[in-house]
Amino acid sequence: MSDATTPEPPPKTTLTVTIDGRATEADPGELLIAHAEKVGTYIPRFCWHPRMREVGMCRMCLVEVDGPRGPSLQPACMLPVNEGMKVVTDSPTVKKAQDGVLEFLLVNHPLDCPVCDKGGECPLQDQTLSFGPGESRFVEEKRHYEKPISISDLVLLDRERCILCDRCTRFSKEVAGDPLIHFVNRGNRTEVNTFPDDPFSSYFSGNVVQICPVGALTASPYRFTARPWDLDQVESTCTSCAVGCRVVLQSSGDRVTRTQGVDSDAVNWGWLCDKGRFDFENIGSVDRLTNPKVRKAAGVAAQDATWFEALERAASVLRNTPAEQVGVIGGARLTNEDAYAWAKLLKGMLRIDNVDAQLGDGLSAQFIVGTPQATIGDIAGASAVILLSPDVKEELPVLFLRIRDAAHNKRVPMVELAPKATGLSRYVRQSLVYRSGEAGVAARALVAAVAGTPADRQIAGVEADLINSAAATISNALTSGKGNGNVVLVVGRTSLAETAQSIEDAAHVLLDAPFGASKKVLHACRRSNVRGAIDMGLAPGMLPGRVSLAQGLDWFSTEWGAVPMLPGKDTAAMLRAAANGELKALVLLGADPLTDFPDHVIAEAAFAAVPNIVAIDLFDTPSTDRASVVLPASGYAEKSGTVTNLEGRVSLATAKVSGPGVARPDWMIAVELANRLGHDLGFESVEDITAEIARVAPAYLTMTAATAGGNGALTPIAGAIDAANESLAATTAAEPDAHGTTSDVAEGGDTRLDDDADSVESVESVESPSVRTVPPLVTAAAPTLAVSVPQPDSYSLRLVVGHVLYDDGTLVSHSPSLAKLAPGDGLHLHPGEIERHGLSRGGQVNVVSQRTAVMLTVVENEAVARGSAFVPFGQVGGAAAALLDADELQASGIVKIRLETVAE
Amino acid sequence: MPTSLKMISTRWDDPQGHTLARYRETGGYEAIRKAMTMEPDAVIEEVKAANLLGRGGAGFPCGTKWGFLPKDVFPRYLVVNGDESEPGTFKDRLLVERDPHQLIEGVLIASWAIRAKQAFIYVRGEMALAHERLAAALNEAYAAGLVGRNIMGTDWSLDVVFHFGAGAYIVGEETALIESLEGNRGMPRLKPPFFPASKGLYMQPTVVNNVETLANLPWIINNGAAAFTTIGDAKACGTRLFALSGHVNKPGVYEVDFGTTTFRELFESPEYGNGIRMGRSIKAWIPGGASAPWFFEEHLDMALHPGPVGAAGSMLGSGAIVVMDDQTDMVRAAWRLVKFFAKESCGKCSPCREGTNWLEKIYRRILDGHGRPEDIDLLMDVADNISPGLTWPPKQTTICPLGPSAASPLVSTVRRFRDEYEAYIRKVA
Repeated sequence: MSDATTPEPPPKTTLTVTIDGRATEADPGELLIAHAEKVGTYIPRFCWHPRMREVGMCRMCLVEVDGPRGPSLQPACMLPVNEGMKVVTDSPTVKKAQDGVLEFLLVNHPLDCPVCDKGGECPLQDQTLSFGPGESRFVEEKRHYEKPISISDLVLLDRERCILCDRCTRFSKEVAGDPLIHFVNRGNRTEVNTFPDDPFSSYFSGNVVQICPVGALTASPYRFTARPWDLDQVESTCTSCAVGCRVVLQSSGDRVTRTQGVDSDAVNWGWLCDKGRFDFENIGSVDRLTNPKVRKAAGVAAQDATWFEALERAASVLRNTPAEQVGVIGGARLTNEDAYAWAKLLKGMLRIDNVDAQLGDGLSAQFIVGTPQATIGDIAGASAVILLSPDVKEELPVLFLRIRDAAHNKRVPMVELAPKATGLSRYVRQSLVYRSGEAGVAARALVAAVAGTPADRQIAGVEADLINSAAATISNALTSGKGNGNVVLVVGRTSLAETAQSIEDAAHVLLDAPFGASKKVLHACRRSNVRGAIDMGLAPGMLPGRVSLAQGLDWFSTEWGAVPMLPGKDTAAMLRAAANGELKALVLLGADPLTDFPDHVIAEAAFAAVPNIVAIDLFDTPSTDRASVVLPASGYAEKSGTVTNLEGRVSLATAKVSGPGVARPDWMIAVELANRLGHDLGFESVEDITAEIARVAPAYLTMTAATAGGNGALTPIAGAIDAANESLAATTAAEPDAHGTTSDVAEGGDTRLDDDADSVESVESVESPSVRTVPPLVTAAAPTLAVSVPQPDSYSLRLVVGHVLYDDGTLVSHSPSLAKLAPGDGLHLHPGEIERHGLSRGGQVNVVSQRTAVMLTVVENEAVARGSAFVPFGQVGGAAAALLDADELQASGIVKIRLETVAE
Repeated sequence: MPTSLKMISTRWDDPQGHTLARYRETGGYEAIRKAMTMEPDAVIEEVKAANLLGRGGAGFPCGTKWGFLPKDVFPRYLVVNGDESEPGTFKDRLLVERDPHQLIEGVLIASWAIRAKQAFIYVRGEMALAHERLAAALNEAYAAGLVGRNIMGTDWSLDVVFHFGAGAYIVGEETALIESLEGNRGMPRLKPPFFPASKGLYMQPTVVNNVETLANLPWIINNGAAAFTTIGDAKACGTRLFALSGHVNKPGVYEVDFGTTTFRELFESPEYGNGIRMGRSIKAWIPGGASAPWFFEEHLDMALHPGPVGAAGSMLGSGAIVVMDDQTDMVRAAWRLVKFFAKESCGKCSPCREGTNWLEKIYRRILDGHGRPEDIDLLMDVADNISPGLTWPPKQTTICPLGPSAASPLVSTVRRFRDEYEAYIRKVA
């Protein structure tokens, strides 16, 4: 500041707005209602919602604004701020208008507050108290409707309570893209309703209940279960999928009664999907495991046991099985702290590397952590977005809302590559539906067309015109000057009947393509905290903090004392090895491979062959039924810690209720087992683990609970690794022989440090072995194996398998409101294929694969391409896992099926 | 008194006046031919010079309205507001039924002037004959190359879309009409920001003109603005159609010199209303559609001119004049109009949706003999919460003026005939 040249004061970028005589500074473009609230003047409102288009129809936010013809009443929700705007929010005129509007809203509103779920948290009630007239002058008969009517399986509508604010209808149309509820009739008879026989079956229906300013919309899972003033609440992070929506968990009497979305600007904008909102039902389920169980003898069911007994039994399995003969599957249900404790036990103490948090249904851990990470927010700022992912609407619904917003409202050009049309297909510029297994071929054709070699024929089942127009979309987007010049790729396992290598190959083709200023990847990984589990090292060849076994060897040997010698197997390899008798023990960390592994035959063979299975879970599952030891764990809302979402954003998950019976958090089980195996993990609380992660896991350095609070923080924290390296170098310089861990040593003055502090990439060139540095984060390499795909034949169909939102998975099946929504098994075919095979919609067909045959109901689905068949995964009946032959998939890159019509 | 010049109702008495042949025989489609020799901006200037006031209700100068279109923003649209639905209003219906080609020619001139390539004619759904005639006329015009591609062999094209309403009064409000044209519920948009001139149909610059306004254009182009301004008053030029109904001997639509003819002449002249029925005296009349405050005998010698009428606290509005004789029950008459507005409220703004309906319920209770003394003040206060201050021109707590319109009959009658309300209530006591 002692510079001779005084910098010019920056030009004024704000507008001066006078509110009730007080001058305030507003940002251009802000709406008056939002600005006033920001500076402490609350203008009452019902219809306005900050995340939706303003309509100005409830008229509650009328304020007096000075204009050329004197002050006039204007709706603050429709008025962008202006320089010099003078606003009065508390004059007698405003007060009279607000009194009047409230009285109007109340004339036909039933005063059934004592039996209304909204009573106690009702904006109409609250604002009547704050702004309304004292008593009603309305003596006429009120409007009557049948109450309530159900407009979907989850949502009920009481039209008498409705004040017609247009929030739910706007949400369904503008935000969710499911315009299934509308205003019908006119004037005084206006009501919200569905079209006949067309229910409000949206994956996002619960949001309208949350944003309803009265008790008109209620959701069956919460209805009549609590009064708002009896609810206690904490903020947490939803772990139903990997999006990581911020929520409040509300409980009454130690039971979670409701989940509400919290407006996190980075992630969910206040929205939740119905699965995330309503699957709290499983938390207090009577089916929860409450006691450890031990199988006393072969062939008998496991019986309740004490923790002592069960832990001894589990410890003896681990003690008596060589590390390379143990396989550990699961971890996505765990918090980062749970996962770290298990990683430290398994990898650091027991040197087991057959560890995989994924169930053969994702991409490789190296790919997920080793590609440049995009955030959800990057999508709306990108010049172009390429989707190579499963149906985001089915698997990551709130991410779907954000991508839809970017594509539909912000007009970000998008191109989709998928083996089946998805919920986003109608919002992208071009949807290239390629033949399953040929993602790489399609990606190469697209990249070539962008680079100036247009497609001249159908490639991978995609018409040349479509490839070329998609290429034009990308080229035009990048030259239009809109967006930041960057390309965001959304990448995930497009279909379980397509190999991870095929997708990674295609993704690398796109990543290496010669267009876009920079390219980042948003990973469409699905299962709850799978990203956190991988980051904590629960993946073969990985160590905590996104470090590979090879590169983290020195660092973690120092921190932990030991690490596995060689990279282990992933889940598919583990199950194959188990089936061959090469594994003697399986540990299931909240995993149910018999239900969730894509190939049921391999999973079954593995479970039949493995002599010892230790399962840690919330519920009895087909897999825990086969275990010799079952340990009950605390679940979501019962334990605190941090979780990491698909963008690598760390946020807090918070305990709200106590777990059932004697269930314990997973980290505690790891500590107990370590003790019995003669090790000390070195922590006694979640806080200890968080602190250790922040100290030793490279991508998580300095990630404290405080940093992860609120809306969370992205990993790695900028500058944290460099700072740690500087600090380490300073320590080494001060004490050349020391191998101590990092400590708060003041920065030394030695210039030699600069080399090491540069970047993590310089690690390998470090000559002095005495300078300890943080190991580099993993960088993904393209798969080396060529992906070959057989020619299509007209005799068979290629199988496409994907998740749908509601399935027979553990959490949904124990949430009664959601379980009934699972669509069930079925063979989804393009109408043309139905015709070609002479099938009838709703009829049965025998589906024959290389190894089995399954009878399935024919479902017409235009999202499925000709030549393909889609079977939803994880439905009751398990047809997909029966048909999906992982051996065939590995050998040929696809799974073929044939249809045999059933003789009448 | 002098017989007014007929400018836009000249073919009404001709049974074949609606056909292209007769329209051409009587000088039709010459004005557009002339207009197309002029620069579009020159046409706008001509209409500005004619000081043609909008005939839909607000009376805004037509040329000025066209001038509001932002420069160089295309496409832009012309929308014709033919959703004439107010009680007592039926002038546009006759213009469409009896001289549809005059309207089409007006559409052509306006579109040429504002450089629109597409025009939309929105006609009230209940006007069956108007549909038939306008559709036939459009077909004739398309076939004759007067509308469509390369009009009259030039490189100018104009497509005219004919749209039937679905029966909502509110769609007469221009932004609601635009919503309806776009396929949405007919609900008004807030101005600002949705002034049609900048953010109109499909968010493009749009001119919304009334049928009668456009019907004046052929005459103005043929005869010149100067000739137009010599008719009527200097500040209210030309002629105007008034739909006269109620207790006169000869109800009907009359074209009169604008700004000079008085109410008394309109009611009493044998050429027009020919006096109050059965020789009774007049008690009140609605001077400009159901939303206009009422006039009484002291206003009889006032000219049909927006200036003095506005100064006296009302308007000529849609040109619907409803006369009530001394036998009329003012409470029932007011109720009938309030009921109309309650029924036609679109439901968007709470004060209108709930307030008009509440007013109607209070009226019905009073009429049914269950009124309370406090109900009269209650009526006024409920109305005040829809239209703060009950002033003229009305202030509003709503987006559009439909809700405040319900206050007009109420306020006019309570202020003038409070005793009639009290009489209803006294009957109870």
